[in-house]
Parts: sequence; structure tokens; C-alpha cells
Amino acid sequence: MSEHSYVPGTAAEKWLDDRLPVARFAKEHLMDFPTPKNLNYWWTFGAILVMCLAVQIVTGIILAMHYTPNVAMAFDSVEHIRRDVNGGRIIQATHAVGASMFFLALYVHIFRNLFFGSYKAPREILYIIGVIIFILTMATAFMGYVLPWGQMSFWGATVITNIFSAIPVVGESVLQLLRGGFAVGNPTLNRFFSLHYLLPFVIAALVALHIWALHVPGNNNPIGVDVKSTRDTVPFHPYYTMKDLFAMVLFMIPFAWFIFFAPDILGHPDNYIQANSQVTPAHIVPEWYLLPFYTILRAIDFNVLFINSQLGGVIAMALSMIALLVVPWLDTAKVRSGLFRPVFKWFYLLFLINFIGLTYLGAQPAEGIYVVLAKVCTAYYFIHFFVVLPVLSRIEKPLPLPTSISENVLGKAHA
Amino acid sequence: MAEQAQHSTNRRDFIFVATGAVGAVGAAAVVWPLINQLNPDASTLALASIEFDLSAIPEGQSVTITWRGLPVFVRHRTQAEIDEARAVQIADLKDPQTDEERTKPDHAQWLIMVANCTHLGCVPLGQSGDFDGWFCPCHGSHYDTSGRIRQGPAPTNLVVPPYEFISDTLVQIG
Repeated sequence: MSEHSYVPGTAAEKWLDDRLPVARFAKEHLMDFPTPKNLNYWWTFGAILVMCLAVQIVTGIILAMHYTPNVAMAFDSVEHIRRDVNGGRIIQATHAVGASMFFLALYVHIFRNLFFGSYKAPREILYIIGVIIFILTMATAFMGYVLPWGQMSFWGATVITNIFSAIPVVGESVLQLLRGGFAVGNPTLNRFFSLHYLLPFVIAALVALHIWALHVPGNNNPIGVDVKSTRDTVPFHPYYTMKDLFAMVLFMIPFAWFIFFAPDILGHPDNYIQANSQVTPAHIVPEWYLLPFYTILRAIDFNVLFINSQLGGVIAMALSMIALLVVPWLDTAKVRSGLFRPVFKWFYLLFLINFIGLTYLGAQPAEGIYVVLAKVCTAYYFIHFFVVLPVLSRIEKPLPLPTSISENVLGKAHA
Repeated sequence: MAEQAQHSTNRRDFIFVATGAVGAVGAAAVVWPLINQLNPDASTLALASIEFDLSAIPEGQSVTITWRGLPVFVRHRTQAEIDEARAVQIADLKDPQTDEERTKPDHAQWLIMVANCTHLGCVPLGQSGDFDGWFCPCHGSHYDTSGRIRQGPAPTNLVVPPYEFISDTLVQIG
């Protein structure tokens, strides 16, 4: 770092640096920041996510200029955006498809982290902020999906707010407080719009904390060995700015394909029917990115002691997110990277397949074999976190680690 | 300093605690209206009670009406449905309730209940499911001809709203 440190070039830069050292901050954290030289493409998803958040905020602010948050007009105003507003068809599609692309990148980012052990010391706070961002993003996306006021919007809002009625004693009061009525209605739509506009800025602030927490210990890397000398690192700019930009361009290709050729393919046809409180769609499906947790919610259809099935489902869903928050203390293995953990590797793969299974099952009707499979997959989700990870940490024999990043990189080149 | 520390409490401590307490009460008094505005407003509460004329519903038919923004089933049950509901062993039920408790005396043919599944609030489909009553397509809860939960994730029977018969064909709900 010292050889790259910021030196103001002109008197004006010196003047600014003495008062508000933004240029120094940018140089040290956005350009010179020493970054492990072996980061692969899985590491570009952080930058892709920043791009996704920016896309959602920009398109969202534009949509809010044309959208009307009122039960009588919301549905029509979205159609108005799609048909009448200049370029509205593309802007609305970008926002809707953008939500799915955002979650695609989020899941890749989370699963990269889980494989390479990035959550382990000293990056626990960095990781926990990330999980909180994930949960807030789900809340924001859910409220956004309510705004077009279609059938799925309305019934999704009904089902999800009903989760809170499971709280013992005060459940019903909390439910009315959230909805602003006895059922989901105009007050609900208005407050969801308000919060849907607010939360992305809260997320942006948390992203700043997330990056701050990243810049204290620095990046983890694919072999999980700490940076030992300047030979292990390269400056963030131009090496990773270019790599991230290239990955963003690749990411934009399917993104653009969806926007231009299949903007509605990720949505549900029922959401093009205006909300009707008297008729429930034949089967309610949340957006795909919420499906794994939705499966866990409805997998609990039996009473456990004094806990009824409804509260049980809610507890299971809350636990599934708490499990993510406490992973750093469940997996206590010293070796970070899954590449050097011969047994963990296979359980990780099983967990990944199981998670995809949970996603698939969330979209299936709650009957027959699907009910059984949902229970099995839900059980395995928890077994992975609360049994497999702690046990593996104790009994697994890791492979020998390379002594440093540079040795690992050069060794590969010679082989 | 050391001398001061030996005094267990003095006037300054009292003022400190008292100020803090008054400040906390003041903060709570400001926060409460900011939260309370989320509760159902006067226009929503004004719809709390409705009257409904049953005479147009033939036997074996049902209608869905709106009460407090909630869908409400009004079903004119057949004798077979009533008999089926009354033949059920109470011990078999997840949320034990007799059919008599869910209807009004002398009006057993009328079943009035909030049409939201007690699991997560979907509107169940009528005259379907394994118990000839209602079936919730969202998460697979089956209700019988008395609207009682028989199978699936819903914890309780479909809710019977407060209502009374004003005459043989007119009910007041709420």
C-alpha cells in the first residue's frame, strides 16, 4: 500500500485533501486496494450485484413517476407504463426482469461464499451484513411484486402478511397493523409502495457497510489462504475493475435477452388479472426466488407439541434464515476453502441440489409426493447446517494447503 | 473524584435518571402515533357491520359476500350435508367443535363463515376436497361440510363471524 499511497498532484487537490479526502479515499479503496491475485469469476458477482441494485433504483425511480398506488388505478397504471409511456415497455421490463437477475446474482454470491468459506473469521460481520441485505432484498422484492395489483400480487400479499397472524396472542392485532385493515387493501398497497421506495436506499447503505467490512480484512480467495505478502496481491484497478466489467457485460447478455424477448416469462400469467379479493388463483406461487423458503414454510403441516402447524411453518422459515446467520459458528473447520475439504465438497454439492429441490417443490401443488419431498428437503436443509457442518468440522481431515497464494498460482502455471 | 464516587446517590444522579425517564416517555408518546397510523382507519372500521338477505339462495347453493373487506361464504346446506357434518366424531377433529356450535338453532341449513383459509388466508374452493366441504388450493387444507379443518396445514376451523338472524331470511353480520 505504501508505495501506491495518494499524493495530491495539484494545489487544488492538496486543498481538497486537507478538507475532505475523498480523492485519497477513492484511490486507496477503489484503485490501489490490494486484492488477492487468484480471484476467479465467482468473485465478480459482488460487483454485478452493485450494478443490479443501481439498475433497480434507477428504473424504479422512473416507474414511480408514472405509477399510481391506489387499488382502483394501480393495475391500469402499470399497463399504462407498458403501453403508453415512452420507452416504458423496456423500463418496466428491466425492473421486473432485474429483480430476477438480482436474485440470480445474489444466490451465486451466497453459494460462492458458502463453498469457499468466506464467512469464517475474520469475515463474520461482513457475512452477517450480507445475509441481512439478502433478507431485506427479499422483503423489498415481495413488496414490489404487490404493486402491480394483479391476482398474484394480492394473494401473495395475503399469504405472506398472514404469516404474522401465527404470532401467539398478538398475531391478529399485528396483522391488522401491517395491513391497515381486516384484509389486504388500499392502505396495504400504499404502505408497501412507500416501503418499496425506501428499502433499496437502506440496502444501499448496508452495501456500503458490507464493502467497508470487506476492506478491513480484505478479500477471501479460492484457496482460502491468507494474503501473506504483496506478492500475493494485485491492485484492484485495473485488474479487478476490468475483470468485473467484463463479467458485468456477460451478465447483461441474458439480462437483455429476457428484457427484449421474454419480459414476462419469469412472471406468472395470473398477475395479468386484476386483484380480486373473492377468488383465489388455483394455486398461489411466489416469485421463483422466494420458493425455497416458501417450501419450508408450508412443509410444516403438522402440530408439534403445543406449536400449531401454522406457527410451526413460520418458525421453520425463520430458522432457515437464522441458520444462515449463524453459519460462521456452526462450521468451525479451520480450512476455509471447499477445494481442500474432500468430504465437505460432497455435502456442499448435496446441499446445493437440495436447495434447487426446495425451489422446484415450492412451485408444485401441495399434494401427493410433493408434500413428502418437501418435508425431506426441508429436513435436509436443517441437517446440513446443524448436523453436517458441526460434525464435519470435527472429523474431516483436510488436504494439505498451499503455503501462499503466489506459490499456488505459480505452481499451477508450471504444472 | 474518588470522594464523589463513594456517595452512593446524589442529586445529580436523580436528575440524570429523572431526565432519562421523562425523555423515554416523551419518545414513546411521539412514536406511538407514528405506529398507530398503520392501524385500520375510520373508513375501514365503518364497514364493520352489514345486513344480508338470504332468500335468493336456493338449497345447495352458496354465495360469497364481502364483510370488512373479507370474503364471507353464505351456504344454504342440503340435509345430506348437515347429516354428514353432525355424524362426525368430535374426537376425530383437529379443532373440536360441533356443527351445532357453528350454526344458529333452527337455522342449521345456513352456514356463514369467513372465506379465508385459517392457514394463510386463501379462499378455499367450495364443494371439493376429501370431506365434501372446502379445499384450499394454496397449501392443501381440507374442510368438511361444517367448515371444520380435517386435513392439511390450517390450524383451526374456518372462522364463523359474529352474526344474528333479524328475521328468517335476513342476517346481520358483525
